[in-house]
Amino acid sequence: MSRVIVDARRLLCPMPVIRVQDRAKGLAPGAVIEAVCTDPGVLNDIPAWCRINGHKVLETRNENDEYIVVLEIGEE
Amino acid sequence: MTEKRKAIALISGGLDSLLAAKVIQEQGVHVEGINFFTGFCVEGHTHAIRKKDRARPKRNNALWVAEQLGIKLHLVDIVEEYKEVVFNPKHGYGANLNHCLDCKIFMVKKAHEWIRANGFDFIITGEVLGQRPMSQRKDTMPVVSRDSGANDLLLRPLCAKYQPITKPELEGWVDREKLYNFNGRSRKPQMALAREFGLTDYAQPAGGCCFLTDVQYSSKLADLWQARGEKQYEMDDIMLLKVGRHLRPRPNFKLIISREEGEGNFLQGYRKQFINLKTTSHAGPMALLDGQVDEADIQLAARIVARYSQGKQEQQVVVEVADLAGNIRELTVAPLPSEDVLEEWHL
Repeated sequence: MSRVIVDARRLLCPMPVIRVQDRAKGLAPGAVIEAVCTDPGVLNDIPAWCRINGHKVLETRNENDEYIVVLEIGEE
Repeated sequence: MTEKRKAIALISGGLDSLLAAKVIQEQGVHVEGINFFTGFCVEGHTHAIRKKDRARPKRNNALWVAEQLGIKLHLVDIVEEYKEVVFNPKHGYGANLNHCLDCKIFMVKKAHEWIRANGFDFIITGEVLGQRPMSQRKDTMPVVSRDSGANDLLLRPLCAKYQPITKPELEGWVDREKLYNFNGRSRKPQMALAREFGLTDYAQPAGGCCFLTDVQYSSKLADLWQARGEKQYEMDDIMLLKVGRHLRPRPNFKLIISREEGEGNFLQGYRKQFINLKTTSHAGPMALLDGQVDEADIQLAARIVARYSQGKQEQQVVVEVADLAGNIRELTVAPLPSEDVLEEWHL
């Protein structure tokens, strides 16, 4: 299954969520997005966006001042 | 079988838009939310920067509201298109650089475009008659409906009984009798309705949801336009106006000086775009210098930065200065006495 990287470094919320949302358009269910961010707010906002849109958060982690959220696109 | 009608609700993250969407949802209409990001939204920004605010909950209230309502939320980046509204508001500015009427017209217009593109039937806002001095007056609310092009597809559930009947009411998609007649600045009717819906946790933003209503922010933006000789900004500009102390000691340059570690880290990200200064002999702030400068200006800037360091009482402080090419040198300066940091320099 495809894995897409979204580089949202130096963007403050809600821009990282908007980048993920726009990239998710047209992706098939099961596709994976890995968002690389520097705003810690994404650890709340991207999971919240996933919950209301039926996507699944696979992993969140903090690496060298970067916040990485991995999610799987759900069924429409 | 009657077709289920679909409405898009402008969701700011505050109580009014939450209630407006809930009222229509309760009438069996399919509701989704839309939230426009202008770049000036108070929601979500500075708490990501300042270290002291990092312990605060970082929820995005628009997303949170959507989750409470169980609806989808469409986040829309309108930063570029919105500039024209900021630069040339047809209906003028308010007390600061806020242009609330033009802003509301623009957002409803974008929502109207969205419903046409996505097969939705009408638009909901959480407007309350008399609550805002520019956009929510008896005489300006019809202007929003008309100039946005939404006309009778714009329904304001919280004050619908003061408004002319709209298409959703006329067609029986919603029951006008179950809409409200809220008016004025009191929040009590909204809080009572929230209790009725069993809502106890909701955002209560102080001072509105837009940085342009803030006197200090507007003053810094006006200074930016004056210094550049034109009304223009980029996303980085409007972010930087939210961070640090801004001082303009000379017409040709200003300093952005961090107030704490979080801001210092944020400003570090801009060090390749600005001449930047930091103290090395003593703990102190990170500063960006914006403008065209000569050696005397850099000396003055270094003395000001030293003034905000822990060496401010010392005879000499060492300040590292990096130019745009990345060349770094050290200046040893006397911190500027506090009485020489003029009040009018502060933006």
